[in-house]
Parts: sequence; structure tokens; C-alpha cells
Amino acid sequence: MVAQNIFFYVIAAVMVAAAVVVVTNRNVVRAALALIVVFAGVAAQYILLAAEFVATTQVLVYIGAIMVLMLFGIMLTRARIGQDPEMTNERWWVGLITALLLAGVMGYALIDHFGSDPLPEDRRLVAVGGSNTATVSDAIFSQYLIPFEVISVLLLSALVGAIVIARKDR
Amino acid sequence: MLNQFLLLGAVLFCIGVYGVIARKNTVLVLMSIELILNAVNINLIAFGAMNGDIAGAVFALFVIAVAAAEVGVGLAMVLIIYRNRSSVDLDDVDSMRG
Repeated sequence: MVAQNIFFYVIAAVMVAAAVVVVTNRNVVRAALALIVVFAGVAAQYILLAAEFVATTQVLVYIGAIMVLMLFGIMLTRARIGQDPEMTNERWWVGLITALLLAGVMGYALIDHFGSDPLPEDRRLVAVGGSNTATVSDAIFSQYLIPFEVISVLLLSALVGAIVIARKDR
Repeated sequence: MLNQFLLLGAVLFCIGVYGVIARKNTVLVLMSIELILNAVNINLIAFGAMNGDIAGAVFALFVIAVAAAEVGVGLAMVLIIYRNRSSVDLDDVDSMRG
């Protein structure tokens, strides 16, 4: 448990630092690369919470697919590869105040309500063979079958819609 | 402890909110939205681990799928805005300003 806590805090510190780079760096590509670090850290936190299937999906979908899309978007919109002072609003402090207020409210609520709730030592759900992946697949294909199908159709229609929107010959 | 995961999620969420408000470039705003969605996913998984319920992981997977759809449509819209206006600056997209 101690080792898990040490890893948690190390990964969390890296994630927060990289997230700050994402929202403050003037170089778009550097911000995108920092976002990859955040996604990898999130995957590591999933592993700490024994959600290994979600961690794998995170790496495949976010780092593998979404970040490639983002980099394509950066290149196709020819955002200047390099320093650009025009990446942040003049009134960025409004966002800072909002974020700090939100952090205060959420931090107070979380500490007040979940201050001492422990997590179970062994986070595997031992319904099927002691692995969370088997439990996830069982849940998706029985209890959550209809939401799963709806999300498949949503993904298909969204991607077809994206192609139609971005197509040139209209 | 459950709280450390929830607080990490809250911090990432707030950084994402700052990015959405403060950034001018549309692609960077989309990246900040991804930060927010990831923060929410950490919370879902942490609550699932606390309750010993797999629903948290299942809903995190659904959020990841919706995020993929959102990025696809969002970047298509960014591309068409860039094609029409030669700029992805959010301040230039003001035709509906009252």
C-alpha cells in the first residue's frame, strides 16, 4: 500500500505539471506532447485502481488515435509551429479566477464528504476469475448491452458526420 | 485512500476549465476538453473501486468512446472553419455575436 501511494504521488505530480504545460505553453505541438504525458499518467492511475482494461483502452484510443487526430488538426490548420504569443486570451486571469474558485469549492466538498473513505486493499472484483477485464466484458454484454449498442451507432454516425463536414467537394 | 484520486481528478478538471476559458486556439480548447473528460474518468474508476462495482469502469469506457466521437466531429468543424476563414482563432468566429 505504501509503494502504491508513492507511485500515486509521483505520477500525479508529473500529470499536474504536464497538464499545466498543456494549458499554458505557447507552442501548440509542445502542448500536444504534454497532453500525451497526461494521458499516459491517467492510464497509470487506472492500473493503480486495478482497471487494467480501461487503462489499455486509454492507451489505444487516447494516445494512439485521439492524439494523432489532434496533431493532424494542428498541422492542417497550420497553427504556427513555434512560439506564438497569440495562443492565450488577454483576459486569461478570468479563467484563472474561475479555475481557482472551482478548485476551492470542489476540494472543500471532496475533503468534507470523502475525507476518510478508504479504498479496498485488493481492488479486483472477483466475479469471474479474479480479473476486472472479464467482469467488464460480462457487464457490457449483459447489463449494459443497449447502451453499448447505442454508443456504437453514435460513434459510427459521428465519424460519418465528421467526414461529411470536412469533405471538400460540396 | 479514495480522496487522493478524487482530488487529482478535481485538479485536472480545474486546469482543463482554465484552458477552455483562457486559450484562443480552437485545437488547444479541444485539448483542454480532453483533460476535463479524463479527470471525470479518474473519478468514475475511483468510485467504482470504492464500491466494488464494475459500473464505474463500464461508464469510463463509454466516456472514452464519446470523447473519440467528439474529437472527430470537433476537428472536422475546426478544419472547415479554417478553410472558410483561414484562422482557428476563437475571437475571429463571431458571426453570431449579438
